[in-house]
Amino acid sequence: MSLGYLLRRVGMFLLVVWVAASINFVIPRLARGDPIQAQFAQLETLGIRTSGMDQVVAAYKKRLGLDRPMVEQYFSYLWNVARFDFGPSITYFPADIGRLIVQRLPWTIGLLTASTIIAFIVGNLLGALLGWPGSSRWVKWLVPVLMPLSAIPYYLLGLILIFTFAFTFKLFPLGGAYSTGAKIELAPDFTLDILYHSILPALSIVLSVTGFWMLGMRGMMVTNMGEDYMIMAEAKGLSPLRIFLRYAMRNAMLPQVTGLALTFGGIIAGSVLVEVIFDYPGMGWILWRAIRNTDYFLIQGIVFVLVVSVALAMLVLDLIYPFVDRRIVYVRR
Amino acid sequence: MSAASAAPPTTESRSPETWSRRREWISYGRRNPTLVAGLSIITVIVVFGLLAPFIIDQDATRTTAFSKDLSPSLDHPLGTDSFGRDMLALIIVGTPQTVKIGLIAGFMALIIGSALGFIQGFYRGPIGTSVRGITDITLTIPALLILITVASQVRQVTVESMAIIIALLAWPGTTRAIGSQVLSMRERAFVPIARFNGMSGMEIIFKELMPNMLPYLGASFVAAVSTAILFAIGLEVLGLGPQTTNTLGMTIYWSQLHSAVIRGLWWWWLSPMVVIVLLFIGLFLISHGLDELANPRLRRRV
Repeated sequence: MSLGYLLRRVGMFLLVVWVAASINFVIPRLARGDPIQAQFAQLETLGIRTSGMDQVVAAYKKRLGLDRPMVEQYFSYLWNVARFDFGPSITYFPADIGRLIVQRLPWTIGLLTASTIIAFIVGNLLGALLGWPGSSRWVKWLVPVLMPLSAIPYYLLGLILIFTFAFTFKLFPLGGAYSTGAKIELAPDFTLDILYHSILPALSIVLSVTGFWMLGMRGMMVTNMGEDYMIMAEAKGLSPLRIFLRYAMRNAMLPQVTGLALTFGGIIAGSVLVEVIFDYPGMGWILWRAIRNTDYFLIQGIVFVLVVSVALAMLVLDLIYPFVDRRIVYVRR
Repeated sequence: MSAASAAPPTTESRSPETWSRRREWISYGRRNPTLVAGLSIITVIVVFGLLAPFIIDQDATRTTAFSKDLSPSLDHPLGTDSFGRDMLALIIVGTPQTVKIGLIAGFMALIIGSALGFIQGFYRGPIGTSVRGITDITLTIPALLILITVASQVRQVTVESMAIIIALLAWPGTTRAIGSQVLSMRERAFVPIARFNGMSGMEIIFKELMPNMLPYLGASFVAAVSTAILFAIGLEVLGLGPQTTNTLGMTIYWSQLHSAVIRGLWWWWLSPMVVIVLLFIGLFLISHGLDELANPRLRRRV
């Protein structure tokens, strides 16, 4: 991996972060003159009043410094964002937005990472079996089963899962990340409780994403089948399992890894909604509350952190990729 | 010569041609069942929506029109919700609204996306590079999240304004798809030939590339419509949709707000969901079918 590639990729990441931050700065100022006044006027019409509202107003007036020139406001805003300082939340005043997010982020990352990895592995394996001439007939039945599932947005699939497995058969909890009243500690019981609560939300993501990976992988396998090295491997008399894993699947996987980076954004946006449906205490849960209370600054902070997480994940994947595919050598164009 | 004597031969020569055309369509439909299935699903939904105002009584979608939380019966085939509205009527009224958001946003995204896609694929140098850079950055930022920021700033969202907001962020996918196709097409022999014939860049785009791209443009449009509907429902479920219009997504939002799932009112959330799923499956099949039409090499696989 050349230094030029690394620098270009990191530069792209910083550019995305900067664009996202600037969008957050520009949008409220486009919509109305005074973001604070408008924000609180809106809260008042909705009849929402937090205790110590005047304190919030004062805090935000001082923070945004709307009497200062625009350029100065912009730079002090960027400086705040760079330190992950988003100010106090209105809904949870005087809680700091940055701290609220840090509390919620692990739940979302945990749920998302686990379900994305499971879906990626299962989907690619099934897709590879589908594209493999020697696999048994029953694999073919997966297509009509998983295809419609991948057409349903995850959060709607979540509704069906809650209704079937939690409401009707009472096999799983209706929502939340752990039993109410459970002691939050690093004990085996609590870990099992968390796992038990995460099965349905994770399943709703896994079920709908698996079909996507499966179809992509099948296509890649079929294309790979005709390659010379496949015939060569067979001619050498290698075992079918070895050909399947090391020759066919390994090569077909590569575009899928690139695809993983491209789908991150959609997965994270969808999982925000899964959390709303499952009452799962991550970023989506707090976002839903922020929206209901029109806590614009909290919405802004959450959106920014999620955008940065997606960009970071893509950056990491891009930097790992040359190690996955040794044939790719990055050279300066 | 009079017009009357000229008329018969033309009709005679045309009718076998239209007949064979029609047969060609039918036989193509047989080879591409994906496209036919998708088109049929969407046609049924659209016809359903167009006939809606004549079939149902608009009053049935008003709050407190009937008793609350009735399970499906002969009077209310899909039951009623906690506002006392007839679910069947709500679905019939809501489907065209959701389709409308998809069509407006999808069409705008197609226009923006294909304009930028043609520029990025066709022009080298600073223009193409900068458009590609903008598309890459926009693709990295999850559109739904930015939509949430924008929509939370707009106080009263309507179906139309929501469609426009969505269109502003639904184009990068279209741009990438069209851009990569144009990139491969500009290397084909007919582009340099057109250039030697003295055609300008714009002329080549409109007269040479555009007609060849039609199936791709169609597939991109369908994909854009489906993305737009996905975004719209996402915003609506979060409570950022048009509060006074009964779209399918808003129906799910209200059911969620009234905990319909854990109260066992399955007809409230399941009915809009069935229509949404049918919409997505229909659009997905059409888009796959059009891909196959555009790229016959795929036929082996499908």
